[in-house]
Amino acid sequence: MSDATGKVYTETVIYSATEAFAAEVPYQTAIVTLDAGGRVTGRILGERVGIDDRVTRVEIRGGVPFFKKIA
Amino acid sequence: MRPVAVIGIGKTAFGAFPDRDLRSLAVEAGEKCLDNGHAAPSQVDAFFLGNFAGPSFVGQNHLAPYVSTALGIQGVPATRVEAACASSGSALFHAYTGVASGVYDTVLVVGVEKMTSQPTPKVTEILAGAGDCAGEIKAGSTFASLFAMIARRHMYQFGTTREHLAAVAVKNHANGALNPDAQMRKVITMEQAMAGKPIADPLTLYDCSLISDGAAAVLLAPAERASEFTDKPVRVLGIAQASDFVALDEKPDITTFPAVRLASQKAYAMAGVGPADIQLAELHDCFTIAEIIAIEDLGFAPRGAGGPFTLEGHTARTGDKPINTSGGLKSKGHPVGATGAAQICDLVLQMRCEAGARQVPRHSLALAQNLGGSGATCVVTILGTV
Repeated sequence: MSDATGKVYTETVIYSATEAFAAEVPYQTAIVTLDAGGRVTGRILGERVGIDDRVTRVEIRGGVPFFKKIA
Repeated sequence: MRPVAVIGIGKTAFGAFPDRDLRSLAVEAGEKCLDNGHAAPSQVDAFFLGNFAGPSFVGQNHLAPYVSTALGIQGVPATRVEAACASSGSALFHAYTGVASGVYDTVLVVGVEKMTSQPTPKVTEILAGAGDCAGEIKAGSTFASLFAMIARRHMYQFGTTREHLAAVAVKNHANGALNPDAQMRKVITMEQAMAGKPIADPLTLYDCSLISDGAAAVLLAPAERASEFTDKPVRVLGIAQASDFVALDEKPDITTFPAVRLASQKAYAMAGVGPADIQLAELHDCFTIAEIIAIEDLGFAPRGAGGPFTLEGHTARTGDKPINTSGGLKSKGHPVGATGAAQICDLVLQMRCEAGARQVPRHSLALAQNLGGSGATCVVTILGTV
């Protein structure tokens, strides 16, 4: 089972961020239940996702996983 | 263990006070509390300070003796307790254990936070320090976004709606409008609450508590000595603190807070009462969804039913289970380190029939629930009038 794919457990779009992320709003974060087990908090790139959507990890930036919806 | 009583309370107003520093707020609350309990600083056996992030907000460390000596309290143990937004609830719990065990007689608890000296993005960053900085926070989470993810999942599992969330805000603002010490004494309509500026979907500005300066204090003594200090003692019938994961993504189910369940079960057992017996409560509405989940975790309503329970009016000041008659964190304000102690002050005012325009008719058994972070700490306190 892969730790690079999984299912969205919950998500939000952030409009008000800390200084470090202020330039990026709005952006989506999600908790993803990995196919390999366990959950991770990551960022969503591209199309907005909802609960139960399947996602795949496209990159890891500064230790943060970035996911994208599997069409 | 011996019975313990609250013999004095004291609070500052909550708000944005550019001319006040952290220590002057803490000293004001502490002095009011000692006056209220007819106690001299020399009678205090130990001092506990609840404060989340004084070092980050105002650059001062070693805060407990910094405040206690300014109150004229000399030589005794002075300890700062940090448990995010449950800092002064936790300080109260540890003060209680000291009195109940017989190590101390009179113990003063002060909670304080001075937040408004920093701009909002910096406040958001400091508050985020109560989350998992190596994981969820590094990914861009704010506290509003963590509770937004909780709300989203609660909506998905139980059918909770935006209207349910808004009903919490409308109710708490209606109460806060009657509280002279509240930060935002403004009645809001359902339409306003539903149309607030988005902060983190599905939460809007009206789902979020305030950024505040303020302090609150509670004086404890053995119940057998309470009459030396006050003719209106309130008994601590039950109190418990519980803990859980800091990171939201480590929790098996984010729609319930195990620390709230555990702390309340222990406090109920200690007090010999159940949720149906509680006549009024101050709950930790840092975000509207947090009040809904607290209603469920404390057993006031079944799982998933906290939203409808609120919308039906049960938790209104005139309802059968009044919650946050002070206005809650939403309207009264949320100087995070002061909140747990302030909840006790507000309940004691009700229990002494001193709550003015927001006084409720049934007030002999009350509960306070103080939550830290996204549920990693919870303190539940049950108070009764003898």
